[in-house]
Amino acid sequence: MADIAARNPAVSTGDSRSSLHKLMQRKSTIAFLMALPLILLLATLVAYPAGYAVYLATLNKGMTRFVGFGNFEFLFGRDTFWLVVYQSCLFAITAVIFKAIIGFVVAHFVHNIPSKGQRKWRGMLLVPWVIPPAMSTLAWLWLFDPSYSALNWVLAHFGIGNVPWTGEAGWARFSVILVNVWIGSPFFMIMYLAALKSVPEQLYEAASIDGATWWQRIWYVTLPMMRNIIAITALFSLIVTFANFDIVRVLTAGGPLNSTHIFGTWAFRVGIEGGDIPLGAAVSLFMVPILAVAATFILRDITKRGSEV
Amino acid sequence: MANTAVATEASSRPKYGSMSRDRTWALRWSYFFLVLFAIFFLMPPIYMLITSLKTSAEISAAKNPWWISNPTLQNYIDLLTQNQFLIFFRNSAIVSIFVVIVTMLISVIAAFALARMKFWGSATLATGVFLTYLIPETLLFIPLFKMFAWVNEVFDVQLMNHWWTMIILYPTLTVPFATWIMIGYFASIPKELDEAALIDGATWMQTLTKIFIPVALPGIIAATIFTFTVAWAQFLYPLAFTTSTSELVLPVGIITTLIKGDVFNWGQIMTGALLGAAPPLIIYAFLMDYYIAGLTAGATKG
Repeated sequence: MADIAARNPAVSTGDSRSSLHKLMQRKSTIAFLMALPLILLLATLVAYPAGYAVYLATLNKGMTRFVGFGNFEFLFGRDTFWLVVYQSCLFAITAVIFKAIIGFVVAHFVHNIPSKGQRKWRGMLLVPWVIPPAMSTLAWLWLFDPSYSALNWVLAHFGIGNVPWTGEAGWARFSVILVNVWIGSPFFMIMYLAALKSVPEQLYEAASIDGATWWQRIWYVTLPMMRNIIAITALFSLIVTFANFDIVRVLTAGGPLNSTHIFGTWAFRVGIEGGDIPLGAAVSLFMVPILAVAATFILRDITKRGSEV
Repeated sequence: MANTAVATEASSRPKYGSMSRDRTWALRWSYFFLVLFAIFFLMPPIYMLITSLKTSAEISAAKNPWWISNPTLQNYIDLLTQNQFLIFFRNSAIVSIFVVIVTMLISVIAAFALARMKFWGSATLATGVFLTYLIPETLLFIPLFKMFAWVNEVFDVQLMNHWWTMIILYPTLTVPFATWIMIGYFASIPKELDEAALIDGATWMQTLTKIFIPVALPGIIAATIFTFTVAWAQFLYPLAFTTSTSELVLPVGIITTLIKGDVFNWGQIMTGALLGAAPPLIIYAFLMDYYIAGLTAGATKG
């Protein structure tokens, strides 16, 4: 009320209206200036390089001549490239699925226990997410060591012989996914736990009155209520996992025989270490389609929720 | 009538009992699996600690790797008296602190403008900020590599192989997310608050510093922690753009200098990795709730 009373007289006089107009004009100018550092930073160091990568990918190795799709044609003819495509998809999709499942299961267990103990458990289980990935991958590298593997030492007690964690193609693929799941599932757990807390208790009560089993409660109440958060977390994680670098680089550096290279690490090998910048740029551009699809879905969800509010 | 009442009563009683028995079992199973998962999640950091307390002789002996027979701090002493390691640590600390300052200055001010002072294209810009957050560094390091060479040619400024280049580069990773969180926090502040301040004659800057920053302090703390963690952990950019040992930051320094060919001094590597993981872990231990709030806000707000 006081707000309206204070405003009305000001609006009624023509003089102050024009000054109000001026203020509005000034306000948008100030706002633009306040956002300018952000705009400059993102334009010069994110948007421009992203576009520049496309241009670079069309040059020859010495970057002296335009070759059009030459680099892409060259890549399509190489077996290693298709191996990298296969491994990138396998790595990202398998890892995201397992992260989502483990995150969901662990979130349920944390949600099940009395709330005063939850904070402690949640804090403990998030540790893998907090440690810099390059550092924790080093610990895994040591756990996977061919001759001193502490994991094999444990497994030997269960009668399982020496596992070549990073030495053999199939196992190496398994290992990089395992480490990625280890680092990423706590994030899913935190997201799902927050979502679980927001499901109204009455829905579960109503379901159990209707005689729903434990499984039906999850399937018909929890999952539909969490659908949005599950989708968005999975899409986020798909982007990050697809563009991963640290884990593969530290754990296997792409080996054995390029079997664990993903787009990021292979682009580094080809572009920086191999000195063929255009080819490296071409390799990294293959990440764009899947990133674009995931980003579109995420943005659609966000604008949808924005209009709901 | 009375009969049915008794019947339902009788049938509901044991059911109640079985439900609470179910609960107890569900609780026991929950604890059981939580312990299993906690072992899985904490095994690598614990093994880091175990290895870091061992001598090289003990590490290479064929004994129980999970047990320390002669605990020693020698690895820590060796590493912390080594000039090189201290340089890595210093580089990492300076870079992270400056990145936090730069990021928070840019993103808090920009988020305020985007959340409260609408201007032409501000909605598009907010979406653009989010999109840049989704562009990974694995896509950008190659064009940046070429751009740095160009800057060197044209302006005669060598950006390659300097730790301070990271202060310019890291904000591209942290600013979009920090801005995104801050837009969410600022948007949740009631409009009446800043309207009242503006009517009282406060300028926009005063509204930001006197009202928005104090009210959104939890969000600012969350964004600061996030920025620090990302800056401390970044691996690809320093690996691609720095090579001299005096210019390396901690994660890259540990991996490139402690691993020499086929000789792995695992005691020192694990000590270095643990010390490298310590700053984010310590911050996390003290500010866990802010950390988790920021994590969930990033994807759920907006």
